[in-house]
Amino acid sequence: MTDDLETFRAETRAWLEANCPAEMRKPMRGEKDATWGGRNPTYAHPDQKLWMDRMGARGWTVPDWPKEYGGGGLSPAETKILREELKRINARNPLNSFGISMLGPALLKYGTEEQKLEHLPKIARGEIRWCQGYSEPNAGSDLAGLATSADDAGDHYIVNGQKVWTSYADQADWIFCLVRTDKTSKQGGISFVLFDMASEGVSTKPILLISGYSPFCETFFDNVKVPKANRVHDENKGWDVAKYLLGHEREMISGMGLGAAGGDPLIEAARKGVDPILRAQIALFDVRSRAFSAMSERFIDELKAGRAHPAQPSMMKYYGTELNKTRHELMMAAGGSDALEWESDASSHGAAPRAWLRTKANSIEGGTSEIQLNIIAKRILDLPS
Amino acid sequence: MPLYLTDEQAMLRDTARDFVAEHAPVSHMRALRDANDATGFSRDLWKQFAEMGLTGILIPEADNGLGLGHVEAGVVLEEIGRNLSPSPFLSTAVAAVEALKGTAHAARWFPGILAGETVAALAIDEHAKHDGRVEMRAERSGNGFKLNGAKRFVAHGHVANLLIVAARTGEGTTLFAVPNGAKGFSAAPERLADASLAAHLRFDGVEVDADAVIGDVDAGDAPLSRLLAAGRTGASAELLGVGGGAADMTVNYLKERKQFGVLIGSFQALQHRAAHLYSEMEVARAAVLKAAQLLDSGQDAGEAVSVAKAMTGLATTLAVQEGVQMHGGIGMTDEYDIGFYMKRARVLAEMFGDSNFHANALAEAAGY
Ligand SMILES: Cc1cc2nc3c(=O)[nH]c(=O)nc-3n(C[C@H](O)[C@H](O)[C@H](O)COP(=O)(O)OP(=O)(O)OC[C@H]3O[C@@H](n4cnc5c(N)ncnc54)[C@H](O)[C@@H]3O)c2cc1C
Repeated sequence: MTDDLETFRAETRAWLEANCPAEMRKPMRGEKDATWGGRNPTYAHPDQKLWMDRMGARGWTVPDWPKEYGGGGLSPAETKILREELKRINARNPLNSFGISMLGPALLKYGTEEQKLEHLPKIARGEIRWCQGYSEPNAGSDLAGLATSADDAGDHYIVNGQKVWTSYADQADWIFCLVRTDKTSKQGGISFVLFDMASEGVSTKPILLISGYSPFCETFFDNVKVPKANRVHDENKGWDVAKYLLGHEREMISGMGLGAAGGDPLIEAARKGVDPILRAQIALFDVRSRAFSAMSERFIDELKAGRAHPAQPSMMKYYGTELNKTRHELMMAAGGSDALEWESDASSHGAAPRAWLRTKANSIEGGTSEIQLNIIAKRILDLPS
Repeated sequence: MPLYLTDEQAMLRDTARDFVAEHAPVSHMRALRDANDATGFSRDLWKQFAEMGLTGILIPEADNGLGLGHVEAGVVLEEIGRNLSPSPFLSTAVAAVEALKGTAHAARWFPGILAGETVAALAIDEHAKHDGRVEMRAERSGNGFKLNGAKRFVAHGHVANLLIVAARTGEGTTLFAVPNGAKGFSAAPERLADASLAAHLRFDGVEVDADAVIGDVDAGDAPLSRLLAAGRTGASAELLGVGGGAADMTVNYLKERKQFGVLIGSFQALQHRAAHLYSEMEVARAAVLKAAQLLDSGQDAGEAVSVAKAMTGLATTLAVQEGVQMHGGIGMTDEYDIGFYMKRARVLAEMFGDSNFHANALAEAAGY
């Protein structure tokens, strides 16, 4: 390790010590503790905003993005150090954002300079909250079969159709959306557009999930006007952007199989005493979980060095989400009847069972496990059609 | 340090891959088995390993070795695993070298290892499961010690020039470097399921000099744990090779076998299982590299080593089971190689503690 990096680590540690509020070093108790920012933010604790603002001002919500776009301009080695130091103090994620994990990388690759300067800094500082308009009632796994139309009207498009499963559409400020600009070609007729959810003709309707939450929506577009300047990449070339973005979405989701920062709750539950069969199941799960943690480190290192297979995020997504589901099954088993309480204060409003139920979507959202396995089989193992 | 092979390590892997595939492919192992070879490996091949410098992979440069690390040793072991090559590399060049490194024994034993003449065996286990219980006793006698007891599952124990033996002494465990040929020592080799040989050893009052002690009397846990960490990591790398070899064979088979007029690899049920297997193997690969890198960096690697051994056990077991199943009937024939992978995986999975042993160790370390 070079002296420069050692200095960077020392400075980072000192800054985090001074700036990460104590509240933000406690494990999250449920979805409500997540920080999403946006025009109409909600915070379960005021320190969430403080932490997001401090990290955002430094560009450390997106440490490896260039400074001119609101990022931290850090090298891969520095980014890794920052991540390690954050983990060391069990810091919470300062900002949850589809802008950071999905749209940002796609804009960095495909956006115009104007689009980058307009959108990226706001994403970095959590000012604009984004949602993802991909899925439709008849286009889930078969995403390219989407029907939402964008008709050419000179300098803008007129968008009509329906999306489904749009996470947080009712709270999001802007949407990145796949639309059909050519009906004669399936993949080759899709465009990628950005627009304000406050635009006339946009409406949303929440979908209640089995976890009792309804962060998902049906989203309707009724003659929505979208300036052509808001199209990312060429007309009918949106599928390239969509796929690139999906790779990043899968990468993000794959982190889920890892133990929570700061003491693994599953191991803590096991310490309180479990029967020998469950103990063995937890121990074998722990082997996979720790091995996957090494896999995640390897994957990130390979990505940064440009060595990862382009379909590798599918493997990470598949493995990480299946692991996470297993983790929550085991937590429910370890929790016993305590883990069944749905509303009590003692159970933090049913955090355990709601989280358990929520994880069942991990292997569906962002492309199902079956679709990931198809991708691995075809693109990595080169198996025949 | 990034968690992938450096360019130099990748070069070494390519060299090892070509060398092992050329000189000791599965047919080499099959020929030894068919000849009912009593040694268990080819001494010529061991010499060739030495000529390439590989037997000195972990021996410090000051002792004329290559002075490389566990990542490099693992790279070689993976190719040994992939080709099911019978070799004393793991016990001799990895585990024994690691135990002797930096001790007075280095000067005595390393030249023979470097020359490809010395073979070391690890007399560690006494029971059907690797469990750390040591009942063999070493009692002081004259200037040295007298060893009494038995060891089992000792690969190359019947032909080794050097035995690394763990025995109980007054206050703890002591590790001994015992030259072969001592009076009162006997080795009964047994052929295992994978056609390799492992010996039951008996020590009936075997006398050794005081300078046979590795490190200090009663303080054998330190060299023993170095040996075990190296052995476990090495065995994980070899398992990775066995599992990877089986998985590759299987995926290739899916691309050439036709049923119902199409390649069986076009069936989604098989594609998904192959893709799942690929995922397990990749995760295992990362775990092995992590353990080896930690060992090389001198950091505490104990838990990472357990993760590697347990994970490769799980992934490789799946690889060989899916391998035989997806080959169909041909997979059950002795003529076809895939079954050899299954047998080798079973032996390596057991060696130095199986997946359950290491998962249990992690649980105990975590306090549950
Ligand atoms: C909690 C949650 C959040 C989501 N968030 C968003 C969001 O923010 N934005 C957005 O656009 N979308 C979102 N989605 C939608 C998600 O991407 C889709 O649900 C997903 O792609 C699956 O599509 P589907 O639901 O139509 O299932 P279907 O495609 O109908 O699949 C049904 C079953 O068939 C299997 N299947 C389908 N095709 C194949 C095949 N070729 N081979 C093998 N098996 C197959 C599937 O794996 C699945 O098991 C979200 C979904 C969930 C559950």
